[in-house]
Amino acid sequence: MNLQAEIPLDYMIILSILVFFIGLMGVLIRRNLITMLMGVELMLNAVNINFTAFNHYLFPHRLEGHFFALIVMAIAAAEAAVAIALIINIYRQFATVSVDDVDELKF
Amino acid sequence: MDYAYTLIILLLPLVTFLGLGLLSKRLPVALAGIIGTANLFIIAALSCATAFTYFTQEAGEAGFEAIEAYKITWLPLTDKLIIHLGILLDPLSVMMLVVITLVSAMVHLYSIGYMKGEKGYTRYFAFLSLFTFSMLGLVVATNIFQMYIFWELVGVSSYLLIGFYYQKPSAVAASKKAFIVTRFADLGFLVGILILSFNTGTFEFQTLTSLQGPVIGQASTAAFMGLSVTTWALLLIFMGGAGKSAMFPLHIWLPDAMEGPTPVSALIHAATMVVAGVYLVARLFPAYALSAPDALTVIMYVGSFTSLFAAVIACTQLDIKRVLAFSTLSQIGYMMVALGVSGYGGEAGLGYMASLFHLFTHAFFKALLFLGAGSVIHAVHSNLMTEMGGLRKSMPVTHLTFLVACLTIAGIPPLSGFFSKDEILVAAFEHNKLIFAVQWLVAGITAFYMFRLYFRIFWNQTPAYHHAPHESPVVMTVPLMFLAIASVVAGFVPFHDLVTSDNKPFETAFHWSIAGPSIAIAVIGILTAAWLYARPSLRPDAISKSLSGVYTAAYNKFYIDEIYLFITKSIIFQFISRPVAWFDRHIVDGTMNFIGNSTVAGSAAIKRMQSGHVQLYIWYFASGVLVLALLILYLN
Amino acid sequence: MNPLLFLILIPVLTVAGIALVKDLKQVRVISAVGMGAQLLFSFYLVYLFYSLRNAGNTDAMLLVSTSTWYEAFNIQYKFGIDGISLSMIVLTSLVTFAGVFASWQVDFLTKEFFISLIILASGVFGFFISLDLFTMFLFYEVAVIPMYLLIGIWGSGPKEYSAMKLTLMLMAGSALLLVGLLGIYFNSSPEGGRLTFDLTEIAKVSIPRDAQLFFFPFTFIGFGVLGALFPFHTWSPDGHASAPTAVSMLHAGVLMKLGGYGAFRVAMYLLPEGAHAMAWIFIILTTISVVYGAFGAIWQKDLKYINAYSSVSHCGLVLFALLMMNETATTGAILQMISHGLMTALFFALIGMIYGRTHTRMIDEMGGLMKVIPFLSVVYVIAGLASLGLPGLSGFVAEMTIFVGSFQNSDTFHRIATIVACSSIVITAVYILRVVGILLLGPIKNEHYNELKDAKWFEKVSTITLVISITAIGMAPFWLSALIREPLGDIIQHLIARL
Repeated sequence: MNLQAEIPLDYMIILSILVFFIGLMGVLIRRNLITMLMGVELMLNAVNINFTAFNHYLFPHRLEGHFFALIVMAIAAAEAAVAIALIINIYRQFATVSVDDVDELKF
Repeated sequence: MDYAYTLIILLLPLVTFLGLGLLSKRLPVALAGIIGTANLFIIAALSCATAFTYFTQEAGEAGFEAIEAYKITWLPLTDKLIIHLGILLDPLSVMMLVVITLVSAMVHLYSIGYMKGEKGYTRYFAFLSLFTFSMLGLVVATNIFQMYIFWELVGVSSYLLIGFYYQKPSAVAASKKAFIVTRFADLGFLVGILILSFNTGTFEFQTLTSLQGPVIGQASTAAFMGLSVTTWALLLIFMGGAGKSAMFPLHIWLPDAMEGPTPVSALIHAATMVVAGVYLVARLFPAYALSAPDALTVIMYVGSFTSLFAAVIACTQLDIKRVLAFSTLSQIGYMMVALGVSGYGGEAGLGYMASLFHLFTHAFFKALLFLGAGSVIHAVHSNLMTEMGGLRKSMPVTHLTFLVACLTIAGIPPLSGFFSKDEILVAAFEHNKLIFAVQWLVAGITAFYMFRLYFRIFWNQTPAYHHAPHESPVVMTVPLMFLAIASVVAGFVPFHDLVTSDNKPFETAFHWSIAGPSIAIAVIGILTAAWLYARPSLRPDAISKSLSGVYTAAYNKFYIDEIYLFITKSIIFQFISRPVAWFDRHIVDGTMNFIGNSTVAGSAAIKRMQSGHVQLYIWYFASGVLVLALLILYLN
Repeated sequence: MNPLLFLILIPVLTVAGIALVKDLKQVRVISAVGMGAQLLFSFYLVYLFYSLRNAGNTDAMLLVSTSTWYEAFNIQYKFGIDGISLSMIVLTSLVTFAGVFASWQVDFLTKEFFISLIILASGVFGFFISLDLFTMFLFYEVAVIPMYLLIGIWGSGPKEYSAMKLTLMLMAGSALLLVGLLGIYFNSSPEGGRLTFDLTEIAKVSIPRDAQLFFFPFTFIGFGVLGALFPFHTWSPDGHASAPTAVSMLHAGVLMKLGGYGAFRVAMYLLPEGAHAMAWIFIILTTISVVYGAFGAIWQKDLKYINAYSSVSHCGLVLFALLMMNETATTGAILQMISHGLMTALFFALIGMIYGRTHTRMIDEMGGLMKVIPFLSVVYVIAGLASLGLPGLSGFVAEMTIFVGSFQNSDTFHRIATIVACSSIVITAVYILRVVGILLLGPIKNEHYNELKDAKWFEKVSTITLVISITAIGMAPFWLSALIREPLGDIIQHLIARL
């Protein structure tokens, strides 16, 4: 397998950075709570890319990175469940899923 | 001779005070007066017995010895400075014991009649007992600090008694004024005690006045502004005495103190408490005479000025008690002058002897005057001489005793006032001719204003009284008669054998060259008063008109009160207290509030960050992480 | 078991007892019984103290017991008393006892009120018996914190503001104090070895001069805030004015004494060189306190403000005398603490009682009370006379000891400061007599006052306790003075030894 030879680690990192910041921008800019949740998922997946890539390139004989990525996925699933439950409740309460309208918790 | 029983003299009035004070509600009212008076008669008898045994003992080479009859340690302050409470018997204190207990007993007896039916009858006698206790404690003090303790107690009993009619605003104001003015003077006394005790390491009078003691024997070299430290200390102590004895310019409280019941004025503000200043100087006299002659000079001038000043004012007052108050000032001035012109030891100590002699006689005749005035006021229900006149028929006893007192204070032989005043004039003549001239003049003015008073009350025209005035009850006239007799005979007490500056007897000669002119000016004074006031006439008004400026100034007591009022109201209250209160509320507290408020304002300014917009928080968070990352990158 | 622990135990049991019962009457009775027991116990302590001394025990501190609390930082519960702390304990139990009776009529959340009050008192007791800086600080905080609740809930007027101000200023003081205490702790064994909070141990070593100079102001001001040191005194007028009666009594009577006691026991005793180097600054500040407080009091119209400023003046005198650093002046300072504690407690009790009747504290609105409520008025006059230093009452003894003591320092600076401080006795007379004149004497201003009732039995208990104490000290100061003086010889030696 010559994946290492053809695609250097840098590319992986650049990819993860791109995915991370796309996710971050999604969280920062989009007003829809669901879309923001998707942004968070993207950021988590960017991390997963990093985990697997570093594991694969730097410590090919070990598996901690891969396992960590799996744990992150599990956490992401749980997190999505909680987040969606929250969003549904917010929708029931405020009849909106726009984050701008949900600002009760302030000074 | 064992004098331990003198403790009873001191403690009996205290027990009476506590008993009457605590049981005031339970006791039958009439009993209070009887208990108080009985006690006073007991201690008066004891005091006279003490004086008799003391003065009839064989005087040794060193004259009468001072005896410490009783002494306990009250409070040790430093290793050397220890406050004792005790009883010191020497000629001076024994003489004072007799004066105080006798006059006090007479005043108690008189008060039974005078205060009858007044509210607070029990309280009155309780306070009188407290006063008697304090005054006795003051005169038998073995050390200067004990004296200061009782000095303050005397001040407070005076405060309580002046303010006896506490629902009368003028009485309240007068009592407050008396206390604060004397308190101010006591500050000087206290600082004087501090300086003196620090330099000498003792409070004890015996050490302070001992010829080999630290004050006289080892004169300190330390000086401050040209006067030795001892002189400063003694001057400050005199300030305390001047306050209590109402010397100019601390005299302003005494005329107002006449707001108290008249017997109180007789006891406290004529016979006993106000001479405490004289007593204080006399007590420390060896120290004054031998190590601080400059202080004595000051005392002489202050005394002389006060006696003249007060005599002039007395000529214009209409309130009979105030006339007597100013006359008291004037007479105490005499005593101070006598101390001021005196030297120490033997013949040189004539002034000292004369001063205490005058104190002795003055106590009787001034108490008599006040009690007589009280009797008149009791009958007429007014203090103003304009509302009196022609009382000689309706109040014969009061009239006669009052006349005796007037003749005594005017210095007509052979009444006691003549002898004591004559000794003072002799002493003054030998020391300073100017002072002699002033005192001689004051003797004339004294005769004049006393007889002005006498004629206005008992002669002149009879106004329309609401109730026909009648003679006072027996309990009031008996003290009058007793004091009148005392005023007559007190002059024959051989004082130069008993109370002298070095406690050794000496011989005095009688000087017609001094006595003649002083009798002459007294007679002139009396005749002038008779000419002006014996019958209704327009002459007094004409004279006061022709002297309008001086008369108005004297009538208004030379505006000293107004000056004080200005100092207290405008300077202390408005210019110090008010700004201090303002400063505290606005600057000091303002600073604290400012710190608090600026914290609140600061948090108000940044609380907008907590907007509730989740995305904003993420912005902060993300940029924070970014900044941290960059920092770490560049710092490494 | 160390008998001193009872000083903490009795209040704790009292609090537990109060917490268990429901009835308002029982709450009062339990508080009164508890604090009465505490008072008796403190007298028993005096007896115990003297019997130990007579048995030949010459230790500086008696009844010492130690138990480890937190090994890692060498923090210990260390208790012990000497004459000074013993006299403060007696003072505290007297004032607390009187305070319980003065708050007999509290009817809002009575249970909680008495619980807070007694917790406060137990903090004070703990403070006075502690010999370990950390537990001392702990008890100090225990005493200060309930104050916030007591003023904030049961107070009057702008109570939230006052409670907040008082607590914040005292907390700021504690913060400074904590810095100072930690500074002492970390310098407590300059030659290496175990660091300690133990007061008696620290006294044996010499803390480096630099550290002393640096930490002395923290410690002194930290305690000074509580002792109403100018210009950190402004919590006092507002706090006292808003506080309920018993709290004012305890606060001015006892809590402010923590300041003086701590400033002496901790700041000056442990940091003598710092104290010497900086005494002049604080002498100036305290002299200002003395005169300034007195002048401030002249202009006030609210009874409680008058008394608060008067406290500033009198407590200033305490710190002033402590800084004179000689035996006589220090004896005077402790006497003044006790005397001021008693008489200011009496004042506040009376003000509370008068306020309860007239519903105003403005002196202008009152007048002639002597006629309608003679008992309270006479007691007020006695308190006033004690305050202005009448011989025979406690104030005189304390002030004279202070003045004579201060005057033993023979340089001009101390002399002038002493004379300025002396002048306060005149100003005190002015404001006391002004109040007495306006409030009690003269004609009755308001005809409703004719129906006022004089003191009830519990009010008499409260005031008579204090009056008797004031008079007893004033008449026979010898024993108290000897009790205080006994440990002072060594302490003063210690203070001036390392000059």
